[in-house]
Amino acid sequence: MNPIVKILLFMFSCVLTNNYIFSRFLGVCPFLGVSNKVETAFGMGLAVTFVMALASLFTYFVYYYVLIPLNLAYLNTIAFILVIASLVQVVEMFLKKSAPSLYSALGIYLPLITTNCAVLGVTILNITEGYDLLYSVLNGTFGALGFLVAIVLMAGVRERLESAKISAPLKGFPISLVIAGLMSIAFLGFSNMFAGVM
Amino acid sequence: MAQYLPILYAIVALGGLGILFGLVLGVADKKFAVEVDERVSAVRAAVSGANCGACGYAGCDAYAEAVVRGDAKANACTPGGARSAKAIAEIMGVNAEARAPMVARVRCQGTCERVTARFDYSGVHSCRAVSGISGGPNACEFGCVGFGECLAVCAFDAIQMIDGIAVIDDDACTGCGMCVGVCPRNIIQMLPKDQTVVVMCRNAATGKRAVQQCKTACIGCKRCEKACPSESIKVVNGVALIDDNTCTRCGACIPVCPMHCIVNFYERNAESETSVTAQAELLDS
Repeated sequence: MNPIVKILLFMFSCVLTNNYIFSRFLGVCPFLGVSNKVETAFGMGLAVTFVMALASLFTYFVYYYVLIPLNLAYLNTIAFILVIASLVQVVEMFLKKSAPSLYSALGIYLPLITTNCAVLGVTILNITEGYDLLYSVLNGTFGALGFLVAIVLMAGVRERLESAKISAPLKGFPISLVIAGLMSIAFLGFSNMFAGVM
Repeated sequence: MAQYLPILYAIVALGGLGILFGLVLGVADKKFAVEVDERVSAVRAAVSGANCGACGYAGCDAYAEAVVRGDAKANACTPGGARSAKAIAEIMGVNAEARAPMVARVRCQGTCERVTARFDYSGVHSCRAVSGISGGPNACEFGCVGFGECLAVCAFDAIQMIDGIAVIDDDACTGCGMCVGVCPRNIIQMLPKDQTVVVMCRNAATGKRAVQQCKTACIGCKRCEKACPSESIKVVNGVALIDDNTCTRCGACIPVCPMHCIVNFYERNAESETSVTAQAELLDS
């Protein structure tokens, strides 16, 4: 198959069919925590995108040029966490300087990107799936864009729900989980979409 | 020796990575350093944190910044009171006059039994809406209509509706003044907490007409005016008004009021938790 077509298909499958939230159930904490407003959800999505893309890049080098030559592949989790934590720190400093309003809106969820399992999930999957550098970075970037799509959609729904009449037992968190489940089912429709062509 | 090499590698590799990232972060920290005036955070910590807006700024953060810029006074935080003012003054190195603690007073005691009803209202649950309908469902056009618009804006849960009128909990009230603006009847007033003698009525009607409207209406008889030794209570537009600057809080006006609409809050609070019940007992006796 034409490599460019293959890359395009890979990108689409990262966003839709292998969506980190809806099909792998990774990164659900910020997905529920920061999806109150579309604006902050978008900011969170972009921050996660940035961290995931760079984490994919750096962990590739750390894994194949430091850990593998030294026979330390078993240390990948702790080494990757180190990379991710440092990246999050940089993002935090950058946002504090350049977008203070977004910084205060994200609040505690910004440093919590460190423990966002989707970020670690991407880097570990890059290794287990045996992706090369290009595919690792694509997986990180577009996987994160899938996260962005999911969290912005969720925020849109939740903004509408603000004015909806919801019965008391379902109000707040329960209805959010119901919505997340329904959205996950909707995204199930994308599965095997590219099965025939890839 | 050779069997320990992998452990050494692991330590060196992870330690090296850690030091490398640490150095990068250190450089980034210098590069992205944001100069935050530490006084801003200190002032922010000293204020109440209720974001009530009584100071006239958008919130506690905005107020703290304004204080440090020199635009706002140190004693503007009403909920924080004297404690905040003192703390802020210390941070900023200025002398702040402590502001007398204020408390909101709902100047009405027209409970459901005392005020005469004119019609049944079953519409929008809002003081503003009901006040617009031919003077409201109560015969008294001046008193509390009891839908609790003030209760909804109170950030400190200091207002409750008892028997159809708003009652302020003195201990919970921080004097932010949010309730004053929303009352369509203008019966809530900010008074110094030590102003214990309050005329609890705003009814401008006089004599028989006032009595027909409410059992505790000020009828404008001027007996309080004559009883006051410091001449600080005056009947203006048919309703008694106390000048809290000259009032000595002696309470001479209280026993002479035939309608029991002047109240001593000090005694009233001492008597009962819910001040309205105490007042009701007083009336029944």
